[in-house]
Amino acid sequence: MSLDQLYQQIILDHSKARHGSGLAETPAPNGASTGQSHQLNPVCGDEVTLRLAVADGKVAQVSWDGAGCSISMASASVFSDLAEGMTVAELHEVIDNFREVLRSRGKIPADPELLGDAAAFEGVARYAARVKCAMISWVAAEDALNQAS
Amino acid sequence: MAVVSTPATLERSVPVMDNAEVLRIRNDFPVLNQMVNGKPLVYLDSGATSQNPLSVIEAEQEFYEQRNAAVHRGAHHLAVEATEAFEDARQTVADLIGADYSETVWTSNATEGLNLIAYALSNAALWAAQGRGDSALKGLALKPGDEIVVTEMEHHANLIPWQELAFRTGATLRYLPIDDAGRLSLEQAAGIIGSRTRVLAFTHASNVLGTINPVRELVALARASSALVVLDACQSAPHMPLDVKELDVDFAVFSGHKMLAPTGIGVLYGRQELLDILPPFLTGGSMITTVTMERAEYLPAPQRFEAGTQRISQAVALAAAANYLTETGLDRIHRWEMDLGQRMVAGLEALSGIRVLGPAAGEERIGLAAFDVEGVHAHDVGQFLDSMGIAVRVGHHCAQPLHRRLGLTATTRASAYLYNTTDDVDQFLDAVAGVRAYFRA
Repeated sequence: MSLDQLYQQIILDHSKARHGSGLAETPAPNGASTGQSHQLNPVCGDEVTLRLAVADGKVAQVSWDGAGCSISMASASVFSDLAEGMTVAELHEVIDNFREVLRSRGKIPADPELLGDAAAFEGVARYAARVKCAMISWVAAEDALNQAS
Repeated sequence: MAVVSTPATLERSVPVMDNAEVLRIRNDFPVLNQMVNGKPLVYLDSGATSQNPLSVIEAEQEFYEQRNAAVHRGAHHLAVEATEAFEDARQTVADLIGADYSETVWTSNATEGLNLIAYALSNAALWAAQGRGDSALKGLALKPGDEIVVTEMEHHANLIPWQELAFRTGATLRYLPIDDAGRLSLEQAAGIIGSRTRVLAFTHASNVLGTINPVRELVALARASSALVVLDACQSAPHMPLDVKELDVDFAVFSGHKMLAPTGIGVLYGRQELLDILPPFLTGGSMITTVTMERAEYLPAPQRFEAGTQRISQAVALAAAANYLTETGLDRIHRWEMDLGQRMVAGLEALSGIRVLGPAAGEERIGLAAFDVEGVHAHDVGQFLDSMGIAVRVGHHCAQPLHRRLGLTATTRASAYLYNTTDDVDQFLDAVAGVRAYFRA
């Protein structure tokens, strides 16, 4: 497997764009129920604090601060785009599926219908040491979602 | 201030190592002869763990095929053979570092060795408080008001055991700060190491900065304060000649797996008069003289600190590794690796957006270099290099406080050993040169 399959264009793009980044700059919408979670990978120092706002059963906003490798930052960015507008149930399904694909060591292909741009992280599954990088913001999101819903 | 803690008189008649010799050496290391991601492996992670030559692998295998038995007990032939191999190995390793046989204690690794010292010292406080053991133990017992001094560049293994010893005894932990270039200031050290200092623990060579610390000067400060000196020799014992008596330290520790031996074996050197009175850390079989249902009396060192069945085959293999290093010549290895370290730093400094930690090119450093790539996380740097078959370490290298001091969370580290050529370093440098463009930094 080549490096370009791991670092797909979409990942390199999102690692720079960082959609949803900036907790302080984006206050949660009024009336929404929020949850916030901080996750740290002590091995590499990757860190994400992610806040998720839920209103009328749907994800109204995702906002995060983080520092880390391109995979962890891109993953948080892609997640932000993907999650907004989903119902709580839909997001749980997507998070579960993403985790299953990432932990499959490449045996379970990503479904672009379900995962959208997050399917680009399929290649990460072959690099056991990097799975946590791709998962860190999703773990934070799951925790925040449970608090908010 | 240039300070060298290794023997300054290298024999001029001894030929220096060159790439041709290194290529012959490489043939002794089967693991190095493989392709990784379609490229020949370039192994630059020996600072984390080194590779094993055939002589080491065969020594361990030979032990299991011909001599395996429990040591120090049993009257049978194999037990005698195993005990001889085990104790001969101790003598070989003692000779390597200029220690006496009975001052050389087997541990699992340097981390265990440091914990052994820290726990023996807090046990000394408990024993002294109850009038148990030698009266000199009182002098080793730490109490509130006493100080333990480490440095800001320590590996967690030479920091946390002292934090916990301070916690257990009420002593205070202090540290010698580093400057931006990663050096200790002896002037500042002189202001910190004082009459309250009871233990001074520091690394001989930094696993991140590559700095070689001024052992003699620091020992002199500790001696003036009657403090015990603990030397972390993990990055020096495998790479340069070491004489613990000449350095005049009280304790020194290192790990076998960083010096061509298997994992699971390490060494603690302790000055005889200290080892003889210190209470044990781990207790149990093989370290006692008389045991009743109420209490036990303990053997002198080294057995006093070797409870339970020991790592016999690993000790034998470590002796084989020591012989390999001695036969090649640790002074020659040291000089070769210092050249590789200089080549790394000079090459890295020539690239834009690269910040090398520790001494600049031209200043003394061991054969490693840790660096930050502007705009690219160390994990991505390591992945990029791996795709070219180049193995390096990424992360905080078990030195979070040091990274924090330098304003970083993670760096990339290349570390060389006697089996690395200048071509390995050049391939590494060529690869690093492409990192920022790939990640659009």
